[in-house]
Amino acid sequence: MAMFPEARPVERFRPLEWLRENLFSSPLNGALTIVALVIIYWLVVPTVQWAIVNAVWTGGSREACLGEGAGACWPFITNRIGLILYGFYDDGERWRPILTFALLVAGILWLTLPRLPRKMLVAVLMVTIYPVVAYCLLTGGLGLGVVPTSRWGGLLLTMVVAVTGILLSLPLGILLALGRRSDLPVVRIASVIFIEFWRGVPLVTVLFMASYMLPLFAPQGVTVDKLLRALIAVALFNSAYMAEVVRGGLQAVAKGQQEAATALGLGYWQSNTLIILPQALRLAIPNIVSTFIGIFKDTTLVSIIGFFDLLGIIQSGTSDSHWASPSTAFTGYLFAAAVFWVFCFSMSRYSRHMERVLNAGERR
Amino acid sequence: MSAPEAKHAVEIVGLSKWFKDFQVLKSIDLTVAQGERLVICGPSGSGKSTLIRCINGLETHEKGRVIVQGVELTDDIAQVEAIRRDVGMVFQQFNLFPHLTVLENCTLAPMWVKRVPRGEAERTAMEFLERVHIPEQANKYPGQLSGGQQQRVAIARALCMSPRIMLFDEPTSALDPEMIKEVLETMVELAETGMTMLCVTHEMGFARTVANRVAFMDHGEIVEIAPPQEFFNNPKNERTKEFLGQILH
Repeated sequence: MAMFPEARPVERFRPLEWLRENLFSSPLNGALTIVALVIIYWLVVPTVQWAIVNAVWTGGSREACLGEGAGACWPFITNRIGLILYGFYDDGERWRPILTFALLVAGILWLTLPRLPRKMLVAVLMVTIYPVVAYCLLTGGLGLGVVPTSRWGGLLLTMVVAVTGILLSLPLGILLALGRRSDLPVVRIASVIFIEFWRGVPLVTVLFMASYMLPLFAPQGVTVDKLLRALIAVALFNSAYMAEVVRGGLQAVAKGQQEAATALGLGYWQSNTLIILPQALRLAIPNIVSTFIGIFKDTTLVSIIGFFDLLGIIQSGTSDSHWASPSTAFTGYLFAAAVFWVFCFSMSRYSRHMERVLNAGERR
Repeated sequence: MSAPEAKHAVEIVGLSKWFKDFQVLKSIDLTVAQGERLVICGPSGSGKSTLIRCINGLETHEKGRVIVQGVELTDDIAQVEAIRRDVGMVFQQFNLFPHLTVLENCTLAPMWVKRVPRGEAERTAMEFLERVHIPEQANKYPGQLSGGQQQRVAIARALCMSPRIMLFDEPTSALDPEMIKEVLETMVELAETGMTMLCVTHEMGFARTVANRVAFMDHGEIVEIAPPQEFFNNPKNERTKEFLGQILH
């Protein structure tokens, strides 16, 4: 008798059974569930009450936030939002950072949405033309008024440091990783020394060196913008970490891939760019994005060399006597944490999306 | 560049190779004629894979000479690349590029190494995919194919570079038993075109019917080399007899 495939039995969702199986399957698990619920209640309810229910939403100074039982002091944020977003960037020129940011978002969306064509072209434009456009827009020149980098601050500065760090550290890291695996002793040793040097020193030290010591050694009359020095320091520092992440990916690619490429007559750069790196980078995506997120969060360290990034500018506001209240600092830190979380979580989701897209093509 | 009138396809003189202090190849002499089909067998660790990997420079040798189609394999990268364009290789583990489709696997090297235009490379690739009987898989990824199909793609990929010599490094050893036949049949069809082939394999049926000569290697030496009739029916060396006794039941 022929066996016909049977339909898979339908599993209906039964809430009570689900509860019993997942939360109360044994007395111990039941007890743990209740303890967990109590902890969640104990954490969430006061937070929501403080941040939303009892929060102060309007006002122009500390007086608004001094009331009995007042929660978060949101006017502290809303009144200073321009400062938090752009620092001391000239008021009339704020369309420039907005446009720069909008172009960045447009480029990323273009690369994300599956329907839009010419992704390769857009990707190339984003890493070549976009930085130039962004540089001209933000610093000025070519008919635009010059805004010195010492006036940049807030989220704008955080984004500038993070995006340049991300855009420069990946290609540099790839080159360093290849260098570390090179057959040429000079290249290999130079890469190892570079990587181990930058991984061996704290970023804080590097930033101090870049901002205070380099000018002492520089020849007379040579001045490099302080922000530029910090950007280069951040990029070099993170490229060392990126190199090791990429090297991990390279090592995970089967040895036979290189052999097959060599046997087919592909040269060093051809086999790396066409065969090895596409596989290695895909394997390394989770770690690459972790490093990106790390770079984004480490931007807060530039505040120690006199820059006012997002966190720095909020922090400096908390000591402003005009806004001094019991909840001002908490409100500021909560807001900063929320902004960082949104950016970092977006990057995390974007990496999951990339992994899905790339694996869908291969269907392995 | 390779001289088309080269007398021998491969000429190996006094070839020795060491892995650290261990000598894997001991002064090998071997000449392969144009259009010859040579099967190399021997126990594992005997140096047979290393020998054929020396022919396209996947392994470097410390002593002796390797001359392929009249071009000597030296440190000169231009010469090494000239030889690699003439020599195709099929691996035990297929080594297809998993991030590229079957068709892209076949067109990549012609397009990037020989600068063949895409359209022409794709036409050639489809011809060879038809020769190995899987044109319908052209747009799939290697991971979607069976082992036998993957190995046939690997053969087509090597042929797309129009090599004059094909090296096979245990092409059926990683396959499930039911897939060995389809790959061997493809190799027999390739032999019928007059291709010079060096095959490291334990498929003695293939050796008997297709090879002009069979070589037996042990401990880094070619112990015995003879036409299949003589090799199988009348082996002279004791080690050859012992080996054949173990693999022919």
